[in-house]
Amino acid sequence: MQELLQYHVLKKENLDGLVTRLAKLQPLAAPVAKGDGNFAFASVHEAGEMTLDYVPTILPPKKYFLPPRETLLHFDVRRGMHVETVGDNQPLTLFGVHTCDIAGIQCLNMVFSERPRDYNYLLRKRLITVIGLECNGYCDANASCALVGASLPNGGYDLFLTDLGDRFLVHVNTQAGDDIVDTIKVFAPAAAGDLEALAALRERKRGTFRNEVALDPRKLPELFSRSLESPVWHDLDGRCLACGNCTLVCPTCYCFDVRDEFRIDLATGRRIRAWESCQSEPFALVAGGENFRKTRGSRQRHRYFRKFAYPFGKYHRFFCTGCGRCTRACMAGIKLKETLTALAWGQGG
Amino acid sequence: MERTHLPESNWQTRPARILRTRQMTEHEKLFEISLGGGRTLDYEPGQFVMISLFGVGEIPISIASSPTHRTSFEICVRAVGKVTRALHRLEAGDELGIRGPYGHGFPIRILEGNDLLIIAGGLGIAPLRSLIRYVLDNRRDFGHTHILLGCRTPGDILFADEIDGWRKRMDVHWECTVDRAAPEWTGQVGRITTLIPGVDMEAERTFAVVVGPPVMYKFVIRELLAKNIPEHQILLSLERHMKCGMGKCGRCQIHNFYCCQEGPVFNYSDVKWMPEAF
Repeated sequence: MQELLQYHVLKKENLDGLVTRLAKLQPLAAPVAKGDGNFAFASVHEAGEMTLDYVPTILPPKKYFLPPRETLLHFDVRRGMHVETVGDNQPLTLFGVHTCDIAGIQCLNMVFSERPRDYNYLLRKRLITVIGLECNGYCDANASCALVGASLPNGGYDLFLTDLGDRFLVHVNTQAGDDIVDTIKVFAPAAAGDLEALAALRERKRGTFRNEVALDPRKLPELFSRSLESPVWHDLDGRCLACGNCTLVCPTCYCFDVRDEFRIDLATGRRIRAWESCQSEPFALVAGGENFRKTRGSRQRHRYFRKFAYPFGKYHRFFCTGCGRCTRACMAGIKLKETLTALAWGQGG
Repeated sequence: MERTHLPESNWQTRPARILRTRQMTEHEKLFEISLGGGRTLDYEPGQFVMISLFGVGEIPISIASSPTHRTSFEICVRAVGKVTRALHRLEAGDELGIRGPYGHGFPIRILEGNDLLIIAGGLGIAPLRSLIRYVLDNRRDFGHTHILLGCRTPGDILFADEIDGWRKRMDVHWECTVDRAAPEWTGQVGRITTLIPGVDMEAERTFAVVVGPPVMYKFVIRELLAKNIPEHQILLSLERHMKCGMGKCGRCQIHNFYCCQEGPVFNYSDVKWMPEAF
């Protein structure tokens, strides 16, 4: 019974009522069609503005947790070393977040709450409400969410919606989620039949979301431990354009640059951090001008190892969510699933 | 977007003032710095600080003094980039911002009771000077101490007056070599690796501590292994560019290690498999 209490039903005709009320409580962002099959999380006020049937957005919801540019501190050189450390923040509700992107947020949460804690990030995170949305089928052939275990919900949200045809089943995961259910009176209690329908859907999903790459994900860490010198990286060296698209659109890439900007008065200014890519050549430059990742292939290798090898040892999870964005955004046609397959074949995996 | 003051932010810098400066060579300048409010910097040899010049930027610099002298600390800076060049224009009385100290320094507690072979290449003497001064200030706690220095030319030798002082001490074995020199140079000429075979030491109880330009490590390590120093007793300080010092920005990552958090001092045995290390 306890489990049943955590579920509610939202009739589809009540979706707009929910969205408009949510938008009145605090700013609301949801996937919006941008044309040519592209989608983006953007501000919405009613359900008609958003699209719940979407392939992963151009940028992941990372942009709300770790903005492309944010101010870290203000300085005023007329007042010596006086600085004011600041955080940009805004309450926000994210609506319709897929399980892969929720997994991406979980990865960022781990990194930025690890000591030394990043208070700029944590402050923003606290103010964001996440309402997830289950994928009942693959978004497209570039997805590999089942491989990395991100095709089914595993926490990280306040409310989670599953489309059961004529209705959404809503899982309440946090007090913030429960408050929404209490405040916006568009939900009905779930019945045992709803949970049975959910179980049937998940069972169907297990058949649909099969492993997309012909290798056992449990063997990925071992595969990467043997892949440091793989010829696959030489192949990528010849193909990669070092544009950095793959890292910018990745829901778990969080590398950044820090720089100072003066205002026009040349006395006051701010220190900002901005997204940066390990695919750019100067990124790994060391003192004296030496670069240990001079080639594009070595930088691609670094990116893949940062997704599948290094975080697995540290956080016991992959930092790939299987969203497929890196593949869709690659100007050189480098496909993550092909790279993994080539590694597995090359290594006999 | 709302803006909140974050007093607990890790990006907060501490005000500091330059007490003294000294032009060491054409490109290197030494700064003695004290924190405001009579506070001391609590650091260990081998650690680094982030130095801020607001409007110009922030950079990591190794601490070159020993924590045994607590009222101030020193950094030795080579003018190579935007921030370091701006730093060189500062003089006594000027202010700057400090974050840190960061990183894991030399494992003093482990080094105590052992013999030391300290190998410095070029500017690598700066962080090693912190260790050397610590050892000299606590000389009884350490065994035989050998110091090998290598520089490009005699004009590039840093802390030359201090080195002269070490020469007179009975409790330190010290040698220096330069890559090239005018005929009037009476000292040794050759790579730093040429000094290692001649060091009289008991490898099993010697810790080798190496800091220098990246190209130096491979050759020095080969010589140290030839002297039978165990791999885990070879300590390397791997210096990288950094933007945060907090294991987040990714700049200093060497495979699965963040140099700013797990380093900059590493055991050779931990990093020997890493093509990105040296």
